[in-house]
Amino acid sequence: MSALSYEAYAVWVPIVWVAALVVIGVIVLAWRNRGQKSYKKGTAQTDIFLSGIKVPPEEQRHVKAENVYWGFFEALKGFYSVLMRPHTGVVNDYILWFVALVAVAILILVLGA
Amino acid sequence: MDYLVTHSPALIVALPLLAAFAIPLISRLGPRVRAVLCLAVLGLVAALVAILAVDVHAVGIRLYTFGATAPEMALPGGYMVPVRIMFEVDGMSIFMGIVITTVAVASLIYSLQFLNGQTGQARFYSLMMLLYVGMMGLAFTGDMFNMFVFLEIASIAGTGLAAYRTNMADAVEGGFKYIVISAVSALMVLLAIGILYAQYNVLSIAALAHYMQYTTLDMMALGLLAGAFVMKLAGVPLHMWAPDTYTVAPAGTTPMILAASYTSMYALYRITFTLYGGHIDTAAIGWIVIIVGVLSMFVGVMMAVHQTDIKRMMAYHAISQGGYMLLGVGVGLAVIADPVALANYGRDAMNGGIFHIINHVFYKAMLFMTAEAIFFRVGTRDTNKMGGLARNMKWTAIFYAIGALAISGIPPFNGFASKLLIYQTVLSFNPVLSVIAMFVSLVTLASFAKVFYSAFTGPEMPGYKEVREVPKSMLIGMGILAACIILFGIFPGLIVDTIVAPATEALINQAPYINAVMGAAP
Repeated sequence: MSALSYEAYAVWVPIVWVAALVVIGVIVLAWRNRGQKSYKKGTAQTDIFLSGIKVPPEEQRHVKAENVYWGFFEALKGFYSVLMRPHTGVVNDYILWFVALVAVAILILVLGA
Repeated sequence: MDYLVTHSPALIVALPLLAAFAIPLISRLGPRVRAVLCLAVLGLVAALVAILAVDVHAVGIRLYTFGATAPEMALPGGYMVPVRIMFEVDGMSIFMGIVITTVAVASLIYSLQFLNGQTGQARFYSLMMLLYVGMMGLAFTGDMFNMFVFLEIASIAGTGLAAYRTNMADAVEGGFKYIVISAVSALMVLLAIGILYAQYNVLSIAALAHYMQYTTLDMMALGLLAGAFVMKLAGVPLHMWAPDTYTVAPAGTTPMILAASYTSMYALYRITFTLYGGHIDTAAIGWIVIIVGVLSMFVGVMMAVHQTDIKRMMAYHAISQGGYMLLGVGVGLAVIADPVALANYGRDAMNGGIFHIINHVFYKAMLFMTAEAIFFRVGTRDTNKMGGLARNMKWTAIFYAIGALAISGIPPFNGFASKLLIYQTVLSFNPVLSVIAMFVSLVTLASFAKVFYSAFTGPEMPGYKEVREVPKSMLIGMGILAACIILFGIFPGLIVDTIVAPATEALINQAPYINAVMGAAP
């Protein structure tokens, strides 16, 4: 009963996939445990190297949400200026959109009937 | 047991209605007594919903005519049309009942400790019960006028809850916007009902569907009803109120208001399939639903990824995910007149769209709860000011991760199951639409990864060193929904077969719904 069928054949059998994920997870963890353990924490071995530039304190190194995907938003600046324009936050505008949509819907329905 | 089954449709609405008015009185005995009352009432109602669901699954449509000598008697002796107030519960109605009740129970448990120390709690729980009554009544009602009445009850209660934190200006503004759009929508619904009543002298959905002549006035009424319900379900381009309202509502109520939006989606489906189904140009109307769905998916997700307010981001995603539901059901509607296409992929597309309603309500409700858990501890919704919260809020971070993976359609969570059905079936209908749906899922994942990275990972912020995990009742509320997400993800076939497929069948085949009431009529 766990399978999801479409057109009478199973397209998604989650239990098989979950079992496969568990097996893969165990293999990955086992592989990881074979890794290098001899390094010393808190020494120069684990310090960040930033081309010789002084590394800022930990709190200042966290990238803020507004800077994540900066390039994506910069590239789509024109698209976003168009997308933002109708989002005025003014409830009068929301109702205007509603009136316009209802008018179009009625026209389509009445003319198509 | 028979008594309970027979009267369960009425009791499911009546018990929380009574509780809503009793809560202000009971509150005088203390918050603990009030909490017990709320839990007992919703627990009892959840049991009744389960009993009714089993009955509808086994027997079929359950009628409840108020004031009749027998609740199943739709037509009074000597009458040719139904005149009494009536509940008519079919597969689709009970599906919505299950969705609404699960969210209400989780929201109530979450709110118990979330509201500690705040004023106006008696009114909060009263409004919560009234919102539940409005939604369940809307899902169960068999007549158009009570659809309007329950829509109003849900809207007014939702407004009170959205504006609950009156000390925050944006909460009052969000509540104001919600009541304006709700009032305008409800008036359009009332106008449409007036148009239908003036022509046919009946209000019963089944009777109206039976006598419908598909006149120009009927088409105008359909336009008004569709516009009103698209507004309430926040479909693009009528979505703009949703981020303003969802963002400011307290955590326990945002999932309830979200569920109210999907109850409006239910009303839209009930009108389109049951009231008008069969004799209108379903291909054209199906394409209109698909276009609204695709626009909602795309605009919603592109706006969401740009947000830095965590709840506003989730609110835009709610709009986007609503698009998947419209896409799946729209494809079914577009091919409903073509038996081969309906059998090949139309029915499964509708299964996917309807399955996505319950999946989305669960994970989005939980995501809203995680956002409000952060606000509860950190005092801000701005993700720019967050960082390293997973160190002290481990459970909240885990629940957020589960919700984020589910909404992005990552296996083995429930969102993947319904999205896979939608991708596969829509691919057979129009591959471009399927590609858009997959792209939207990709941007969804990017959007939630951004928030997870900025809020939960990274170094501990100096101002948040003392942050602790949220109280147990809030974790239990989120845990209930997380369990549903995982179970629905692992056993999708069981869920589709038992509650989704009957809902789809109820929409596709309008005859049983009409015959249950009009069977004896000429």
